Amino acid sequence: MSNAVLVIGGGIAGMQAALDVANTGHKVVLVEKAPSIGGHMLQFSEVFPTLDCPQCIGTPKMTEVSAHPNIELMTYSEVESVSGSIGRFNVKIRKKSRFIDAARCTGCGECAIACPISVPSEWDLALGQRKAAYIPFPQAVPAVYTIDKTACVECRKCEKVCDAAAINFEAEDEFVERVIGAIILATGYEVFDASLKPELGYGTYPNVITGYELERLDQAGGPTGGKIEVNGKEPQNVVFIQCVGSRDKSVGVEYCSRVCCMATAKQAHYVRHKIPGARVTVCYIDIRAFGKRYEEFYERVQGEGVIYRRGVVSEVYKRDDKLVVRAEDTLLGEMFEEEADLVVLAAGIVPGKATVELAEKLNIPLGPDGFFLENNPKLAAMESGVPGIYLAGCAEGPKDISDSVVQAGAAAFMALLAVVGAEGEPDREPVRS
Amino acid sequence: MNLVFAEKYDLFKCFQCGKCSAGCPVLMKGPLNIRRLIREVLLRDDLVSICQRSEIWDCTTCQACTLRCPRGLRPHELLMGIRGSLVEAGKIPETVSEALENVFKQGNPWGWPRSKRHEWAADLGVKDLTRGDRAGRLLFVGCAPAYDPRVQSVTRALAGTLLSLKADFAILGNEETCCGSEVRRMGEEGLFEMLAEDNSRLFSKYNVTDIMTISPHCYNVFKNEYQNGGRQVKHYTQVISGLIGEGKLTFPGKLEKVVTYHDPCYLGKQNGIFDEPRNIIKAIPGINFIEFDRSRERSLCCEGGGGRMFVEASPGSGERLALTRIADAVKMGADIVATACPFCLLNLEDAVKTAGCEDKIQVRDIMELVAEAIRPA
Repeated sequence: MSNAVLVIGGGIAGMQAALDVANTGHKVVLVEKAPSIGGHMLQFSEVFPTLDCPQCIGTPKMTEVSAHPNIELMTYSEVESVSGSIGRFNVKIRKKSRFIDAARCTGCGECAIACPISVPSEWDLALGQRKAAYIPFPQAVPAVYTIDKTACVECRKCEKVCDAAAINFEAEDEFVERVIGAIILATGYEVFDASLKPELGYGTYPNVITGYELERLDQAGGPTGGKIEVNGKEPQNVVFIQCVGSRDKSVGVEYCSRVCCMATAKQAHYVRHKIPGARVTVCYIDIRAFGKRYEEFYERVQGEGVIYRRGVVSEVYKRDDKLVVRAEDTLLGEMFEEEADLVVLAAGIVPGKATVELAEKLNIPLGPDGFFLENNPKLAAMESGVPGIYLAGCAEGPKDISDSVVQAGAAAFMALLAVVGAEGEPDREPVRS
Repeated sequence: MNLVFAEKYDLFKCFQCGKCSAGCPVLMKGPLNIRRLIREVLLRDDLVSICQRSEIWDCTTCQACTLRCPRGLRPHELLMGIRGSLVEAGKIPETVSEALENVFKQGNPWGWPRSKRHEWAADLGVKDLTRGDRAGRLLFVGCAPAYDPRVQSVTRALAGTLLSLKADFAILGNEETCCGSEVRRMGEEGLFEMLAEDNSRLFSKYNVTDIMTISPHCYNVFKNEYQNGGRQVKHYTQVISGLIGEGKLTFPGKLEKVVTYHDPCYLGKQNGIFDEPRNIIKAIPGINFIEFDRSRERSLCCEGGGGRMFVEASPGSGERLALTRIADAVKMGADIVATACPFCLLNLEDAVKTAGCEDKIQVRDIMELVAEAIRPA
């Protein structure tokens, strides 16, 4: 029997669950597939409805996770296999090789400076570039570099400049095994691929972007240094389109992604804030501002001069050099065409591609929407239906940061209930944070 | 409230988002608002007067509404249903009743005689199943390709090309009858069923297992609306593109032209055949291929479908979209607008004449370009 808890996924839900468990004195293994923990939240410019900066609330958690004596953090790692059951899961984890020894790397960044290869940055959603030897973003945890072998040409220039002698091109993936009492799935979500709605021109026109991309443009640390611009120019007419890959059977996504109404309101605010004269239009079906202080925030954004027009956009096309957004204002019962310099799609939340594979490894069910199925949507939304496996955040379904953090706490508590009393009682005093 | 329509077309589920109306090619310029119509049919008692609005006949059945409806409704079928109720009540425009009567009597909506259906092929030596010939594939000619003098050029180009490649195909001669696609879209469900039975009986009688069509409208109805007993249905662009891919069709000739392609709704957005027509055009040496901005899923309807070849749009519905299409093509610098549908061909060519730009641009079917380019230069 084991009293350790495995958390899969190091976004805000995974970090919160890991900290909640670890602070009781139990051991946590946190596995994150990306080179850094942090997740989507850290990519945002601001968070609704408070408009505080996610880095300010997120990076302390990242540091706390990495420094926590009870948390064994495995980034750039994936769960290879799981066997056993509650109280004793045998978990095999693949630690992908970074080709840079994390123990030696000082994070100085000389390798990236020397590296001649640039590729689109995942962190900046391909709006900026990174090197083949890279750190995803400056506040990454751990602060170590990784060599992307798919881009690397093995010129070995990085090797020459690395004073710590951390670079090892021959390094191989490592496998480690852990015995775990309970598992928390906090694997998050992916963004709906907006090119699956070809009528909206995403992928065809560079000035049709997703809201997630606008977050990167607005963030001070982003590829434009916080300027909202297209081809170096500030857009004067911006149209937001809601429900792109949400509430839409034509692309097999029947559910509401829950966060896009508020995210769009927030992004409309960014534009009005950064480009005061800009005309900002939001095309919507219904506005769902159900959370605490959300309706008030929606009203605030409307008050800032954002025009809400009821009716979804059916087509985006080009007339001369301008994009034309075509919709019906269903309240007027009139068609309109809005010329736009920038079109922002509220792309929905979909299950991660690895969800199916992970569900098979863990032998737990998925719901019809493709997210992990909860035991009971009302009374046990944090239980997977398999004893000892719990759900947190968007792994269970779309939700905002507040709800993700709350569910993470609940999942942590359930996991603790499962392991308390197991062999090897906590040997430390509870840690208070 | 009209329960029959509401239940049959799932109108209770409509959340009035406006995706259908916003994507409708005729709403931008005319009075037909499919979103509002759904609401009116659901809520109002005066269904008869709603149905009798002239704009009911404006719908081209391009299906942009249905393909994009986030709730999975089929708004264009509501319009077909309304037309059906008008057919039953005998309250249809004269041109529609003529077209339907022509189909009933002569097997084609224009009323050309049945006995002349195969005349286009007279001197070509095309095999004919009804005369005892056998072949692996049926070329279902269709009404416009069989009779219309302009479209016959496409039919002859296709048959001639296939014959020169010794392809194994045959036609149904004078026994072929209208596929019924437009008949159904004009609301005459009973006549459609009769035609579908007639054609299916013919297919069985002559052991047809593979069908190739010239019109995307025939293609669509065979593939998606006939009980076709597992028969393979292909549009000719799929067959020709396949022959090019296999190296069986090569082009000794050249065509030094700037060519763009207009996606027919029934081929492209409704059936996902986007690449084959383009592959053919791009395979022809000398062609400089350019795309319309509104192409593929966003292609602008020419307004030829849904019976619109036989009925004028309601008053106040502006100029035909085919004119917009031609204006765009001229602006892009295209010499030729290629397409792969008889209705698109006729409408776009009419638009060229209306716009008076015959000296600037031509409208051709892809098959005509192929036939031209396989002749040695």
